[in-house]
Amino acid sequence: MNVEIKEKQSYTISVYTENNIGLLNRISAIFQRRHINIESLNTSVSEIDGVSRFTIVVFIPEEQMKKIIGQIEKQVEVIKAYYHTDEETIYQESCLFKIKSDLLFEDRQIQNIIKDSNARIITVNRDFFVLEKSGRRNEIELLYRELSAFGILQFTRSGRIAVTKERMEISKMLAAFNY
Amino acid sequence: MMNVKTLKIVDNKMKSKLRISGSEAVVRCLIAEGVNTIYGYPGGAIMPVYDELFKFQNEIQHVLTRHEQGATHAAQGYARASGKVGVAIATSGPGATNLITGIADAQIDSTPMICITGQVGSHLLGTDAFQETDIIGISTPVTKWNHQITKASEIPEVMAKAFYIARTGRPGPIVIDITKDAQFEMFDFSYEKCTGIRSYIPVPETKPNTLKTAAKLINAAKKPLIIWGQGVILSEAESELKAVIEKTGIPSAWTIMGASAIATSHPLNMGMVGMHGNYAPNVLTNECDVLIAIGMRFDDRVTGKLETYAKQAKVIHFEIDPAEVDKNVKTEVAILGDAKNSLQALLPLLNKNEHGKWLKKFKDLYTIEYEKVINNDLFPTKEGITMGEVIKEINKQSKGQAAIVSDVGQHQMIACRYAEFNVTKSNITSGGLGTMGFALPAAIGAKMAVPEREVVAIIGDGGYQMTIQELGTIFQTKVPVKIVVLNNDFLGMVRQWQQLFFDKRYASTEIENPDFIAIAKGYSINARKVTKRKDIASAVEEMMTSKAAYFLEVSVEKEDNVFPMIPTGASVSEIRLS
Repeated sequence: MNVEIKEKQSYTISVYTENNIGLLNRISAIFQRRHINIESLNTSVSEIDGVSRFTIVVFIPEEQMKKIIGQIEKQVEVIKAYYHTDEETIYQESCLFKIKSDLLFEDRQIQNIIKDSNARIITVNRDFFVLEKSGRRNEIELLYRELSAFGILQFTRSGRIAVTKERMEISKMLAAFNY
Repeated sequence: MMNVKTLKIVDNKMKSKLRISGSEAVVRCLIAEGVNTIYGYPGGAIMPVYDELFKFQNEIQHVLTRHEQGATHAAQGYARASGKVGVAIATSGPGATNLITGIADAQIDSTPMICITGQVGSHLLGTDAFQETDIIGISTPVTKWNHQITKASEIPEVMAKAFYIARTGRPGPIVIDITKDAQFEMFDFSYEKCTGIRSYIPVPETKPNTLKTAAKLINAAKKPLIIWGQGVILSEAESELKAVIEKTGIPSAWTIMGASAIATSHPLNMGMVGMHGNYAPNVLTNECDVLIAIGMRFDDRVTGKLETYAKQAKVIHFEIDPAEVDKNVKTEVAILGDAKNSLQALLPLLNKNEHGKWLKKFKDLYTIEYEKVINNDLFPTKEGITMGEVIKEINKQSKGQAAIVSDVGQHQMIACRYAEFNVTKSNITSGGLGTMGFALPAAIGAKMAVPEREVVAIIGDGGYQMTIQELGTIFQTKVPVKIVVLNNDFLGMVRQWQQLFFDKRYASTEIENPDFIAIAKGYSINARKVTKRKDIASAVEEMMTSKAAYFLEVSVEKEDNVFPMIPTGASVSEIRLS
């Protein structure tokens, strides 16, 4: 296979599934077995009642991507899987910063950073405040760099969540089954 | 598109609700699914189910194997010989982990099998309780589906789903893990067979235009080649395949898993492809203009070096599992769906044809293979006995009617190359996983599934000792399987590779073997050892005419090699004859 020479790129995989214990294990094993790193993974409910949605980001060549989709869809409890490039999706990540409260009052610059970055203060108390920022990875990374100069007590970033520009006709598929 | 309707057929006998325990429900589900033989080994966490099996012993025969691995291979042998779902049962912890090799084997060879495991009580899950193992976690990568039951009320639905998933689409193994409290719990039982799952499309839709495109390519082909695999057997498409082959006159070859779907003697059957397959179909794979793959998955043992595999050919792939399409070999057209239906629909679109000149190439290459390899294997002039001549004698005396259950190694390749198959489902072997120790228990299961057939296990001295304890199962059940051990006192296939690629450094491949005859006799199995050519025929005759189980050991040449051979990383056309 000349998979290796094909160009790798970032793909967002959307997997619609039944909500079952163990399915995450089954899906992640597909990547692990092929030595593929999962860049991010998020699970949530979807727009359909009782159907879960996995959003997985990987950095692999398209040829391999297609095969992975085949392996995911082969799982009994997977309803449908799609992959999309960044251009084909609207996507976001979310992050939280915990920072010492004194800095907020003593350092003007922090206030400007918060304002300019469209970050949101979720809570403030005597000891610390928590800042939330949603956006693209590079925006979050920029904010991280700017704030790290002041000292970050805690930082965490969520997996990517994404919706696609095109329609995903899952409801139709399920309706066809239920009629 | 999902084209399956949810239709649940209520089994009338089960319509009235019964208040029973989870363990009784398990047994009643098995009966409702038509199971009459299961293989297993009892233990603490599965005891309630065994107690019910005792009560229902007139309806379900439980075969006590001597190791849980034996139970899985027996269930596999049962499934492969009958086309039905094989069932194995074991306790938690080590009982469950001992099933894993058989489960992995069933997964890679698409064998329908259900494994039921006991589990510690649900209040003990995750506490490292005695004999607790996360068998769901362990079996996930090697099962088509698995599920843990913690409430008795889940049992009927999960069992119904399990049977449906195991046998539909591309079949595969399923693990159902049942906590001990769920086995004891009383509930109102009723059983409905499963006929559809919304997230699961067992057979993808066949697009008529793909069939038309395929027919056009086949009709225009000058040098077409068919390679079929086990998909033909699993979808029972043997007669449809035969009709296609005979109408089009296309030379056809098979993968190891496809063996026996078409009779060995059929004039268009060109033999086996792959590492130790026949010379002509391997070489000519790289010369054909259209390659028609039917129910096979282009395993690396079939393709050799992918970069040079059939590059000149347009590839048509008949396949039930969409994930197999374009996985290893790029296809010109893929016909998704069930092979039986697809071939049926294809047949009227095909032109009647003959490929005389192209066929002659196969015959010429066969002649070369015959002179360089086959003649020496089947009609040796040297003193030592060859494995091939033993198979030849079995062919002769069974009239090619026996089901051959082979283990893994040199004897397996020889058995598959030279066994004469006249009946489908006659080649039961571990193809994908290459599980040594498969044959003895698989032969037990196969014989129980098709008692009217002669079942002959062909095993090497290495693999035999991996599951030799199953002689105990034969002893106890008196199942009349015929066991042939081709003994070269070596782990022969590895030794062959050491000879060819590791400068004859025979690291740990020489085996000092016990007295196999004494062992067989210890289990009251009639046994005979042959060391001279002149005794082969009478010994095989004695074995074949025996009404009871029979053990035949043949001392074969110690350092024979299996040829032809495609060395790893070489192209199929670089197949070696010596």
